[in-house]
Amino acid sequence: MAETMIKVRNLTKYYGSLLALNDVSFEVTRSEVVGFLGPNGAGKTTTLRILTGYQPASSGSAQVAGFDVFSQSKQVREQIGYLPENAPLYPEMRVREYLQFRAGLKNIARGVISKRIEYVTERCWMKEFVNRPIGHLSKGMRQRVGLADALIGDPKVLFLDEPTIGLDPTQIRETRNLISELGQQHTILLSSHILSEVEATCSRVIIVARGRVVADGTPHDLSARLSEASRLIAEVKGPEGPIISGVKNLPGVKQVETSHEDGWQRLRIATAPGVDVREQVAKLAADRGWNLRELRREVANLEDYFVKIVAEQ
Amino acid sequence: MGRVWTITRRELLCFFCSPIAYVVLVVFLAFNGYIFGFLHFRSGTESSLRPLFGYILPLVLVFIIPMLTMRLMSEEYRSGTIETLMTAPVSDATVIAGKFLGTFLFYVLMLLTTLIYAAAVYAFGSPDFGALWTGYLGLLLLGAFYISVGLFFSTCTSNQIVAVVCSFAVLATLAFLTGAISQHVEGATRVIVQHVSITYQFSEFVQGAINLNNLTFFVTTTLFLLFVSVKVLESKRWR
Repeated sequence: MAETMIKVRNLTKYYGSLLALNDVSFEVTRSEVVGFLGPNGAGKTTTLRILTGYQPASSGSAQVAGFDVFSQSKQVREQIGYLPENAPLYPEMRVREYLQFRAGLKNIARGVISKRIEYVTERCWMKEFVNRPIGHLSKGMRQRVGLADALIGDPKVLFLDEPTIGLDPTQIRETRNLISELGQQHTILLSSHILSEVEATCSRVIIVARGRVVADGTPHDLSARLSEASRLIAEVKGPEGPIISGVKNLPGVKQVETSHEDGWQRLRIATAPGVDVREQVAKLAADRGWNLRELRREVANLEDYFVKIVAEQ
Repeated sequence: MGRVWTITRRELLCFFCSPIAYVVLVVFLAFNGYIFGFLHFRSGTESSLRPLFGYILPLVLVFIIPMLTMRLMSEEYRSGTIETLMTAPVSDATVIAGKFLGTFLFYVLMLLTTLIYAAAVYAFGSPDFGALWTGYLGLLLLGAFYISVGLFFSTCTSNQIVAVVCSFAVLATLAFLTGAISQHVEGATRVIVQHVSITYQFSEFVQGAINLNNLTFFVTTTLFLLFVSVKVLESKRWR
Protein backbone atom coordinates (compact mmCIF):
# COMPACT_ATOMS: atom_id res chain seq x y z
CA MET A 1 0.00 0.00 0.00
CA ALA A 2 1.47 3.30 -1.07
CA GLU A 3 2.02 5.97 1.53
CA THR A 4 -0.73 8.59 1.86
CA MET A 5 0.74 12.03 1.20
CA ILE A 6 -2.38 14.15 1.39
CA LYS A 7 -5.34 13.24 3.56
CA VAL A 8 -8.32 15.58 3.65
CA ARG A 9 -11.25 14.87 5.96
CA ASN A 10 -14.54 16.77 5.92
CA LEU A 11 -12.90 20.09 5.18
CA THR A 12 -15.24 23.06 5.39
CA LYS A 13 -14.38 26.70 4.93
CA TYR A 14 -16.54 29.76 5.39
CA TYR A 15 -15.53 33.26 4.32
CA GLY A 16 -17.84 35.22 6.58
CA SER A 17 -21.20 33.69 5.72
CA LEU A 18 -20.06 32.47 2.32
CA LEU A 19 -19.55 28.74 2.17
CA ALA A 20 -16.45 28.14 0.03
CA LEU A 21 -15.78 24.49 0.86
CA ASN A 22 -18.45 22.08 1.93
CA ASP A 23 -17.34 18.84 3.54
CA VAL A 24 -14.51 18.00 1.16
CA SER A 25 -12.68 14.70 1.66
CA PHE A 26 -10.07 12.98 -0.48
CA GLU A 27 -6.71 11.26 -0.31
CA VAL A 28 -3.64 11.35 -2.48
CA THR A 29 -0.95 8.69 -2.29
CA ARG A 30 2.77 9.05 -2.98
CA SER A 31 3.83 9.86 -6.53
CA GLU A 32 0.32 10.43 -7.77
CA VAL A 33 -0.37 13.39 -10.04
CA VAL A 34 -3.85 14.52 -9.14
CA GLY A 35 -5.80 17.12 -11.03
CA PHE A 36 -8.12 19.29 -9.04
CA LEU A 37 -10.69 20.31 -11.55
CA GLY A 38 -13.59 22.68 -11.31
CA PRO A 39 -15.14 25.84 -12.65
CA ASN A 40 -13.91 29.17 -11.34
CA GLY A 41 -14.98 29.75 -7.76
CA ALA A 42 -15.45 26.06 -7.02
CA GLY A 43 -13.05 26.10 -4.07
CA LYS A 44 -9.85 24.88 -5.73
CA THR A 45 -7.64 27.72 -4.55
CA THR A 46 -9.21 27.66 -1.09
CA THR A 47 -8.38 23.96 -0.76
CA LEU A 48 -4.78 24.55 -1.84
CA ARG A 49 -4.45 27.46 0.59
CA ILE A 50 -5.62 25.31 3.46
CA LEU A 51 -3.32 22.46 2.50
CA THR A 52 -0.31 24.77 2.28
CA GLY A 53 -1.03 26.27 5.69
CA TYR A 54 -1.83 29.71 4.33
CA GLN A 55 -5.37 29.74 5.68
CA PRO A 56 -7.01 27.67 8.39
CA ALA A 57 -10.14 25.66 7.63
CA SER A 58 -13.40 26.37 9.46
CA SER A 59 -13.77 22.70 10.31
CA GLY A 60 -12.43 19.34 9.28
CA SER A 61 -8.82 18.23 9.16
CA ALA A 62 -6.07 17.82 6.64
CA GLN A 63 -2.69 16.13 6.70
CA VAL A 64 0.18 16.62 4.29
CA ALA A 65 3.16 14.26 4.38
CA GLY A 66 1.91 12.93 7.70
CA PHE A 67 1.68 16.33 9.43
CA ASP A 68 -1.47 18.18 10.38
CA VAL A 69 -1.74 21.41 8.39
CA PHE A 70 -3.07 23.34 11.34
CA SER A 71 -1.18 22.14 14.40
CA GLN A 72 2.06 21.23 12.57
CA SER A 73 1.94 23.96 9.98
CA LYS A 74 5.68 24.56 9.93
CA GLN A 75 6.56 20.91 9.40
CA VAL A 76 4.04 20.79 6.56
CA ARG A 77 5.56 23.89 4.98
CA GLU A 78 8.98 22.26 5.12
CA GLN A 79 7.70 19.39 3.00
CA ILE A 80 5.91 21.27 0.27
CA GLY A 81 6.44 23.45 -2.76
CA TYR A 82 3.63 25.80 -3.68
CA LEU A 83 2.99 27.76 -6.83
CA PRO A 84 0.12 30.13 -6.08
CA GLU A 85 -2.20 31.36 -8.78
CA ASN A 86 -0.48 33.91 -11.04
CA ALA A 87 2.93 33.18 -9.47
CA PRO A 88 3.42 36.28 -7.29
CA LEU A 89 7.08 37.40 -7.27
CA TYR A 90 9.19 40.40 -6.29
CA PRO A 91 9.65 42.37 -9.51
CA GLU A 92 12.68 44.29 -8.24
CA MET A 93 14.78 41.18 -7.66
CA ARG A 94 16.78 39.24 -10.21
CA VAL A 95 15.75 35.63 -10.77
CA ARG A 96 18.91 34.24 -9.18
CA GLU A 97 18.60 36.58 -6.17
CA TYR A 98 15.01 35.54 -5.75
CA LEU A 99 15.85 31.85 -5.82
CA GLN A 100 18.67 32.43 -3.32
CA PHE A 101 16.23 34.26 -1.07
CA ARG A 102 13.66 31.49 -1.31
CA ALA A 103 16.28 28.81 -0.73
CA GLY A 104 17.34 30.68 2.41
CA LEU A 105 13.75 30.83 3.66
CA LYS A 106 13.35 27.12 3.05
CA ASN A 107 16.48 26.50 5.09
CA ILE A 108 18.38 24.72 2.36
CA ALA A 109 21.95 24.08 3.44
CA ARG A 110 24.28 26.83 2.28
CA GLY A 111 26.53 24.45 0.36
CA VAL A 112 23.66 22.98 -1.63
CA ILE A 113 21.90 26.20 -2.62
CA SER A 114 23.85 26.91 -5.79
CA LYS A 115 23.49 23.29 -6.87
CA ARG A 116 19.73 23.43 -6.37
CA ILE A 117 19.50 26.73 -8.25
CA GLU A 118 21.41 25.20 -11.13
CA TYR A 119 19.10 22.19 -11.12
CA VAL A 120 15.85 24.17 -11.15
CA THR A 121 17.23 26.61 -13.71
CA GLU A 122 17.93 23.70 -15.99
CA ARG A 123 14.64 21.98 -15.21
CA CYS A 124 12.44 25.01 -15.85
CA TRP A 125 14.37 26.31 -18.90
CA MET A 126 15.43 29.53 -17.26
CA LYS A 127 19.10 29.61 -18.33
CA GLU A 128 18.73 32.60 -20.62
CA PHE A 129 17.02 34.85 -18.09
CA VAL A 130 18.30 33.74 -14.71
CA ASN A 131 20.27 36.98 -14.31
CA ARG A 132 17.50 39.32 -15.39
CA PRO A 133 15.22 41.32 -13.08
CA ILE A 134 11.89 39.57 -12.57
CA GLY A 135 10.01 42.76 -13.47
CA HIS A 136 11.34 42.50 -17.03
CA LEU A 137 10.15 38.96 -17.61
CA SER A 138 7.15 37.81 -19.63
CA LYS A 139 4.23 36.05 -18.00
CA GLY A 140 5.45 32.65 -19.13
CA MET A 141 8.92 33.24 -17.73
CA ARG A 142 7.51 34.35 -14.39
CA GLN A 143 5.37 31.25 -14.22
CA ARG A 144 8.53 29.20 -14.66
CA VAL A 145 10.31 31.16 -11.92
CA GLY A 146 7.38 30.39 -9.62
CA LEU A 147 7.62 26.72 -10.51
CA ALA A 148 11.38 26.78 -9.94
CA ASP A 149 10.75 28.27 -6.49
CA ALA A 150 8.26 25.51 -5.72
CA LEU A 151 10.87 22.92 -6.74
CA ILE A 152 13.92 24.38 -5.10
CA GLY A 153 13.53 22.66 -1.76
CA ASP A 154 13.04 19.26 -3.43
CA PRO A 155 9.65 18.98 -1.72
CA LYS A 156 7.73 15.78 -1.16
CA VAL A 157 4.48 17.37 -2.26
CA LEU A 158 3.95 19.99 -4.94
CA PHE A 159 0.86 22.20 -5.03
CA LEU A 160 0.39 23.99 -8.33
CA ASP A 161 -2.48 26.42 -8.70
CA GLU A 162 -3.30 26.76 -12.39
CA PRO A 163 0.27 26.17 -13.52
CA THR A 164 -0.30 26.84 -17.21
CA ILE A 165 -2.48 29.92 -16.99
CA GLY A 166 -1.16 32.75 -19.15
CA LEU A 167 1.27 30.59 -21.10
CA ASP A 168 1.42 30.26 -24.86
CA PRO A 169 0.65 26.90 -26.49
CA THR A 170 4.29 25.80 -26.73
CA GLN A 171 4.95 26.69 -23.12
CA ILE A 172 1.77 24.91 -22.05
CA ARG A 173 2.97 21.75 -23.75
CA GLU A 174 6.43 22.07 -22.19
CA THR A 175 5.00 22.71 -18.75
CA ARG A 176 2.70 19.69 -19.01
CA ASN A 177 5.62 17.49 -19.98
CA LEU A 178 7.58 18.89 -17.07
CA ILE A 179 4.73 18.16 -14.65
CA SER A 180 4.45 14.61 -15.94
CA GLU A 181 8.19 14.13 -15.43
CA LEU A 182 8.09 15.67 -11.96
CA GLY A 183 5.28 13.28 -11.07
CA GLN A 184 7.84 10.49 -10.95
CA GLN A 185 9.63 12.06 -7.96
CA HIS A 186 7.02 14.22 -6.30
CA THR A 187 3.39 13.91 -5.32
CA ILE A 188 1.56 16.63 -7.21
CA LEU A 189 -1.82 18.23 -6.67
CA LEU A 190 -2.57 20.71 -9.42
CA SER A 191 -5.66 22.76 -9.91
CA SER A 192 -7.05 23.69 -13.26
CA HIS A 193 -10.23 24.52 -15.03
CA ILE A 194 -8.79 23.27 -18.30
CA LEU A 195 -9.89 19.72 -18.92
CA SER A 196 -7.44 18.74 -21.61
CA GLU A 197 -4.64 19.72 -19.28
CA VAL A 198 -5.82 17.46 -16.53
CA GLU A 199 -6.47 14.65 -18.97
CA ALA A 200 -2.96 15.01 -20.35
CA THR A 201 -1.00 15.22 -17.12
CA CYS A 202 -2.91 13.59 -14.30
CA SER A 203 -3.31 10.02 -13.25
CA ARG A 204 -6.37 10.95 -11.24
CA VAL A 205 -9.00 13.67 -11.34
CA ILE A 206 -10.99 15.17 -8.51
CA ILE A 207 -13.81 17.33 -9.75
CA VAL A 208 -15.12 20.04 -7.44
CA ALA A 209 -18.11 22.26 -7.96
CA ARG A 210 -19.58 24.76 -5.52
CA GLY A 211 -17.28 23.66 -2.74
CA ARG A 212 -18.03 19.94 -2.99
CA VAL A 213 -16.20 16.98 -4.46
CA VAL A 214 -18.52 15.69 -7.14
CA ALA A 215 -16.32 13.06 -8.76
CA ASP A 216 -13.04 11.28 -8.10
CA GLY A 217 -11.32 8.79 -10.39
CA THR A 218 -8.98 8.31 -13.35
CA PRO A 219 -9.83 10.38 -16.43
CA HIS A 220 -10.74 7.14 -18.17
CA ASP A 221 -13.07 5.98 -15.39
CA LEU A 222 -14.86 9.27 -15.28
CA SER A 223 -15.48 9.28 -19.02
CA ALA A 224 -16.77 5.73 -18.84
CA ARG A 225 -19.10 6.63 -16.02
CA LEU A 226 -20.99 8.99 -18.26
CA SER A 227 -24.27 7.28 -19.08
CA GLU A 228 -24.24 8.26 -22.73
CA ALA A 229 -20.76 6.85 -22.95
CA SER A 230 -21.81 4.09 -25.29
CA ARG A 231 -23.29 5.86 -28.22
CA LEU A 232 -22.85 4.29 -31.67
CA ILE A 233 -22.80 6.01 -35.01
CA ALA A 234 -23.71 3.87 -37.99
CA GLU A 235 -24.29 4.80 -41.63
CA VAL A 236 -26.39 2.32 -43.52
CA LYS A 237 -28.04 2.27 -46.96
CA GLY A 238 -31.37 0.47 -47.18
CA PRO A 239 -35.10 0.77 -46.43
CA GLU A 240 -35.62 3.15 -43.54
CA GLY A 241 -38.43 1.39 -41.63
CA PRO A 242 -36.83 -2.06 -41.37
CA ILE A 243 -33.49 -0.56 -40.45
CA ILE A 244 -34.90 1.37 -37.52
CA SER A 245 -37.04 -1.42 -36.20
CA GLY A 246 -34.25 -3.97 -36.75
CA VAL A 247 -31.71 -1.97 -34.78
CA LYS A 248 -34.22 -1.08 -32.08
CA ASN A 249 -34.92 -4.72 -31.47
CA LEU A 250 -31.29 -5.51 -30.71
CA PRO A 251 -30.76 -6.24 -27.00
CA GLY A 252 -29.48 -3.25 -25.02
CA VAL A 253 -30.50 -0.59 -27.51
CA LYS A 254 -32.47 2.20 -25.87
CA GLN A 255 -32.99 4.73 -28.57
CA VAL A 256 -32.27 5.26 -32.27
CA GLU A 257 -32.22 8.59 -34.06
CA THR A 258 -31.88 8.84 -37.80
CA SER A 259 -30.89 11.49 -40.26
CA HIS A 260 -30.35 11.38 -44.02
CA GLU A 261 -27.11 12.11 -45.71
CA ASP A 262 -26.78 11.81 -49.52
CA GLY A 263 -28.91 8.69 -49.67
CA TRP A 264 -27.52 7.08 -46.52
CA GLN A 265 -29.24 6.65 -43.17
CA ARG A 266 -27.16 8.02 -40.36
CA LEU A 267 -28.13 6.26 -37.12
CA ARG A 268 -27.28 7.47 -33.65
CA ILE A 269 -27.79 4.53 -31.35
CA ALA A 270 -27.96 5.02 -27.61
CA THR A 271 -27.48 1.88 -25.56
CA ALA A 272 -27.51 0.90 -21.93
CA PRO A 273 -24.21 1.64 -20.14
CA GLY A 274 -21.49 -0.91 -20.89
CA VAL A 275 -23.30 -2.47 -23.84
CA ASP A 276 -21.56 -2.59 -27.20
CA VAL A 277 -23.81 -3.60 -30.11
CA ARG A 278 -21.40 -2.90 -32.96
CA GLU A 279 -21.02 -6.55 -33.82
CA GLN A 280 -24.78 -7.13 -33.87
CA VAL A 281 -25.36 -4.07 -36.04
CA ALA A 282 -22.79 -5.25 -38.57
CA LYS A 283 -24.28 -8.75 -38.56
CA LEU A 284 -27.78 -7.38 -39.01
CA ALA A 285 -26.68 -5.27 -41.98
CA ALA A 286 -24.93 -8.23 -43.57
CA ASP A 287 -27.91 -10.56 -43.05
CA ARG A 288 -30.42 -8.10 -44.53
CA GLY A 289 -28.14 -7.08 -47.38
CA TRP A 290 -27.87 -3.38 -46.36
CA ASN A 291 -24.72 -1.48 -47.18
CA LEU A 292 -22.68 -0.30 -44.21
CA ARG A 293 -20.07 2.44 -44.64
CA GLU A 294 -19.40 3.58 -41.08
CA LEU A 295 -19.72 2.04 -37.70
CA ARG A 296 -18.02 3.58 -34.70
CA ARG A 297 -18.37 4.17 -31.03
CA GLU A 298 -18.58 7.73 -29.87
CA VAL A 299 -16.65 7.89 -26.62
CA ALA A 300 -17.61 10.69 -24.30
CA ASN A 301 -14.57 12.61 -23.13
CA LEU A 302 -13.94 14.18 -19.78
CA GLU A 303 -15.26 17.46 -21.04
CA ASP A 304 -18.74 16.04 -21.57
CA TYR A 305 -18.63 14.54 -18.13
CA PHE A 306 -17.44 17.77 -16.60
CA VAL A 307 -20.11 19.88 -18.22
CA LYS A 308 -22.76 17.39 -17.23
CA ILE A 309 -21.70 17.01 -13.66
CA VAL A 310 -21.26 20.73 -13.10
CA ALA A 311 -24.62 21.45 -14.65
CA GLU A 312 -26.27 18.91 -12.35
CA GLN A 313 -25.15 20.77 -9.22
CA MET B 1 17.84 33.17 13.17
CA GLY B 2 19.23 32.36 9.75
CA ARG B 3 15.84 32.99 8.22
CA VAL B 4 15.49 36.35 9.95
CA TRP B 5 18.76 37.33 8.33
CA THR B 6 17.54 36.07 4.93
CA ILE B 7 14.55 38.40 5.15
CA THR B 8 16.65 41.25 6.52
CA ARG B 9 19.03 40.97 3.58
CA ARG B 10 16.23 40.99 1.06
CA GLU B 11 14.70 44.09 2.64
CA LEU B 12 18.01 45.93 2.60
CA LEU B 13 18.56 44.96 -1.01
CA CYS B 14 15.07 46.16 -1.91
CA PHE B 15 15.69 49.59 -0.47
CA PHE B 16 18.44 50.03 -2.99
CA CYS B 17 16.43 48.51 -5.84
CA SER B 18 13.68 51.07 -5.43
CA PRO B 19 13.95 54.84 -5.86
CA ILE B 20 12.54 55.42 -2.37
CA ALA B 21 15.81 54.76 -0.59
CA TYR B 22 17.66 57.25 -2.77
CA VAL B 23 15.01 59.92 -2.47
CA VAL B 24 14.92 59.50 1.29
CA LEU B 25 18.71 59.57 1.58
CA VAL B 26 19.00 62.69 -0.57
CA VAL B 27 16.31 64.54 1.40
CA PHE B 28 17.90 63.45 4.65
CA LEU B 29 21.40 64.53 3.64
CA ALA B 30 20.30 67.80 2.06
CA PHE B 31 18.21 68.81 5.05
CA ASN B 32 20.82 67.92 7.64
CA GLY B 33 23.54 69.49 5.55
CA TYR B 34 21.64 72.72 5.26
CA ILE B 35 20.78 72.95 8.95
CA PHE B 36 24.22 71.97 10.11
CA GLY B 37 26.32 73.77 7.51
CA PHE B 38 24.46 77.05 7.28
CA LEU B 39 22.77 77.53 10.60
CA HIS B 40 24.89 75.78 13.17
CA PHE B 41 28.46 75.28 12.01
CA ARG B 42 30.06 78.65 12.60
CA SER B 43 32.52 80.15 15.03
CA GLY B 44 31.21 81.02 18.42
CA THR B 45 28.63 78.22 18.59
CA GLU B 46 28.85 75.27 20.90
CA SER B 47 30.99 72.42 19.57
CA SER B 48 28.35 69.67 19.72
CA LEU B 49 25.68 68.09 17.59
CA ARG B 50 23.00 69.09 20.06
CA PRO B 51 20.78 71.10 17.67
CA LEU B 52 20.98 68.35 15.09
CA PHE B 53 20.15 65.65 17.65
CA GLY B 54 17.70 67.60 19.72
CA TYR B 55 15.36 69.12 17.17
CA ILE B 56 16.26 68.37 13.61
CA LEU B 57 16.68 64.62 13.44
CA PRO B 58 13.70 63.52 15.54
CA LEU B 59 11.42 65.78 13.49
CA VAL B 60 12.86 64.95 10.07
CA LEU B 61 12.54 61.27 10.92
CA VAL B 62 8.82 61.71 11.58
CA PHE B 63 8.47 62.36 7.84
CA ILE B 64 11.14 60.02 6.53
CA ILE B 65 10.66 56.80 8.47
CA PRO B 66 7.02 56.22 7.40
CA MET B 67 8.23 56.43 3.80
CA LEU B 68 10.69 53.65 4.48
CA THR B 69 8.25 51.42 6.32
CA MET B 70 5.08 51.86 4.26
CA ARG B 71 5.83 49.12 1.77
CA LEU B 72 7.22 46.55 4.22
CA MET B 73 4.07 44.44 4.54
CA SER B 74 1.55 46.39 2.42
CA GLU B 75 3.46 45.59 -0.74
CA GLU B 76 3.45 41.88 0.13
CA TYR B 77 -0.33 41.91 0.57
CA ARG B 78 -0.98 43.89 -2.57
CA SER B 79 1.27 41.88 -4.88
CA GLY B 80 0.24 38.52 -3.41
CA THR B 81 3.82 37.58 -2.48
CA ILE B 82 2.52 37.23 1.09
CA GLU B 83 1.18 33.85 -0.04
CA THR B 84 4.61 32.50 -1.00
CA LEU B 85 6.17 34.13 2.05
CA MET B 86 3.72 32.67 4.56
CA THR B 87 3.74 29.20 2.99
CA ALA B 88 7.52 29.02 3.33
CA PRO B 89 8.58 27.44 6.62
CA VAL B 90 8.98 30.75 8.46
CA SER B 91 7.04 31.98 11.47
CA ASP B 92 5.14 35.26 11.57
CA ALA B 93 7.59 36.57 14.15
CA THR B 94 10.52 35.79 11.86
CA VAL B 95 8.93 37.79 9.05
CA ILE B 96 8.28 40.82 11.26
CA ALA B 97 11.73 40.62 12.87
CA GLY B 98 13.42 40.37 9.48
CA LYS B 99 11.51 43.32 8.06
CA PHE B 100 12.19 45.40 11.15
CA LEU B 101 15.90 44.64 11.17
CA GLY B 102 16.27 45.35 7.45
CA THR B 103 14.76 48.80 7.87
CA PHE B 104 16.71 49.41 11.06
CA LEU B 105 20.00 48.63 9.31
CA PHE B 106 19.11 51.04 6.53
CA TYR B 107 18.37 53.64 9.20
CA VAL B 108 21.75 52.99 10.83
CA LEU B 109 23.31 53.56 7.42
CA MET B 110 21.49 56.90 7.24
CA LEU B 111 22.74 57.84 10.70
CA LEU B 112 26.29 56.96 9.71
CA THR B 113 26.24 59.80 7.20
CA THR B 114 25.84 62.24 10.08
CA LEU B 115 29.19 61.13 11.48
CA ILE B 116 30.72 63.59 9.06
CA TYR B 117 29.24 66.42 11.13
CA ALA B 118 30.70 64.86 14.24
CA ALA B 119 34.06 64.77 12.47
CA ALA B 120 33.71 68.42 11.46
CA VAL B 121 32.87 69.46 15.01
CA TYR B 122 35.83 67.44 16.27
CA ALA B 123 38.19 69.02 13.75
CA PHE B 124 37.30 72.59 14.74
CA GLY B 125 36.42 72.24 18.40
CA SER B 126 36.47 69.92 21.34
CA PRO B 127 33.04 68.29 21.63
CA ASP B 128 31.84 66.35 24.64
CA PHE B 129 32.11 62.77 23.40
CA GLY B 130 29.87 61.44 26.13
CA ALA B 131 26.96 63.55 24.94
CA LEU B 132 27.73 62.55 21.37
CA TRP B 133 27.45 58.83 22.13
CA THR B 134 24.33 59.13 24.24
CA GLY B 135 22.84 61.23 21.44
CA TYR B 136 23.51 58.46 18.96
CA LEU B 137 22.19 55.83 21.36
CA GLY B 138 19.03 57.92 21.74
CA LEU B 139 18.68 58.20 17.99
CA LEU B 140 19.01 54.44 17.54
CA LEU B 141 16.26 53.84 20.11
CA LEU B 142 14.09 56.59 18.67
CA GLY B 143 14.52 55.20 15.13
CA ALA B 144 13.64 51.70 16.28
CA PHE B 145 10.46 53.07 17.83
CA TYR B 146 9.52 55.04 14.70
CA ILE B 147 10.16 52.00 12.50
CA SER B 148 8.01 49.77 14.69
CA VAL B 149 5.14 52.29 14.42
CA GLY B 150 5.49 52.33 10.62
CA LEU B 151 5.80 48.56 10.42
CA PHE B 152 2.69 48.13 12.54
CA PHE B 153 0.56 50.24 10.19
CA SER B 154 2.06 48.56 7.14
CA THR B 155 1.06 45.21 8.63
CA CYS B 156 -2.51 46.46 9.04
CA THR B 157 -3.25 47.45 5.46
CA SER B 158 -2.51 46.55 1.86
CA ASN B 159 -2.63 50.23 0.95
CA GLN B 160 0.72 51.97 1.23
CA ILE B 161 -0.84 55.44 1.32
CA VAL B 162 -3.00 54.48 4.29
CA ALA B 163 0.07 53.02 5.99
CA VAL B 164 2.20 56.11 5.46
CA VAL B 165 -0.53 58.57 6.49
CA CYS B 166 -1.43 56.67 9.65
CA SER B 167 2.19 56.28 10.76
CA PHE B 168 2.85 59.92 10.04
CA ALA B 169 -0.24 61.01 11.97
CA VAL B 170 0.69 58.98 15.03
CA LEU B 171 4.35 60.00 15.02
CA ALA B 172 3.53 63.64 14.41
CA THR B 173 1.04 63.62 17.28
CA LEU B 174 3.58 62.07 19.64
CA ALA B 175 6.39 64.34 18.49
CA PHE B 176 4.74 67.74 17.90
CA LEU B 177 1.30 67.88 19.45
CA THR B 178 1.89 66.41 22.89
CA GLY B 179 3.56 69.62 24.06
CA ALA B 180 0.58 71.73 23.05
CA ILE B 181 -1.97 69.24 24.36
CA SER B 182 -0.31 69.06 27.78
CA GLN B 183 -0.94 72.82 28.19
CA HIS B 184 -4.68 72.25 28.06
CA VAL B 185 -5.08 69.32 30.40
CA GLU B 186 -4.67 68.97 34.14
CA GLY B 187 -3.49 66.47 36.69
CA ALA B 188 -2.85 62.85 35.82
CA THR B 189 -3.83 63.32 32.18
CA ARG B 190 -1.17 65.96 31.85
CA VAL B 191 1.50 63.67 33.28
CA ILE B 192 0.50 60.91 30.87
CA VAL B 193 0.51 63.23 27.87
CA GLN B 194 3.91 64.55 28.84
CA HIS B 195 5.33 61.09 29.21
CA VAL B 196 4.22 59.85 25.81
CA SER B 197 5.87 62.87 24.23
CA ILE B 198 8.81 61.71 22.15
CA THR B 199 10.58 65.03 22.61
CA TYR B 200 10.33 64.61 26.38
CA GLN B 201 11.57 61.01 26.32
CA PHE B 202 14.39 61.90 23.96
CA SER B 203 15.70 65.12 25.51
CA GLU B 204 17.90 63.59 28.19
CA PHE B 205 19.84 61.53 25.65
CA VAL B 206 20.78 64.76 23.88
CA GLN B 207 21.95 66.28 27.13
CA GLY B 208 24.27 63.35 27.67
CA ALA B 209 22.28 61.33 30.20
CA ILE B 210 21.03 57.79 29.87
CA ASN B 211 17.93 57.68 32.01
CA LEU B 212 16.47 54.24 32.64
CA ASN B 213 12.93 55.63 32.27
CA ASN B 214 13.63 56.89 28.75
CA LEU B 215 15.46 53.72 27.81
CA THR B 216 12.57 51.60 29.07
CA PHE B 217 10.05 53.75 27.23
CA PHE B 218 11.64 53.27 23.82
CA VAL B 219 12.57 49.59 24.24
CA THR B 220 9.20 48.48 25.58
CA THR B 221 7.08 50.48 23.12
CA THR B 222 9.16 49.13 20.23
CA LEU B 223 8.87 45.54 21.44
CA PHE B 224 5.17 45.97 22.12
CA LEU B 225 4.48 47.31 18.63
CA LEU B 226 6.49 44.50 17.06
CA PHE B 227 4.51 42.01 19.12
CA VAL B 228 1.22 43.56 18.03
CA SER B 229 2.40 43.49 14.40
CA VAL B 230 3.05 39.76 14.68
CA LYS B 231 -0.45 39.29 16.06
CA VAL B 232 -2.01 41.39 13.30
CA LEU B 233 -0.15 39.33 10.70
CA GLU B 234 -1.35 36.15 12.40
CA SER B 235 -4.94 37.40 12.41
CA LYS B 236 -4.80 38.06 8.66
CA ARG B 237 -4.89 34.31 8.10
CA TRP B 238 -8.30 34.06 9.67
CA ARG B 239 -10.00 36.50 7.37
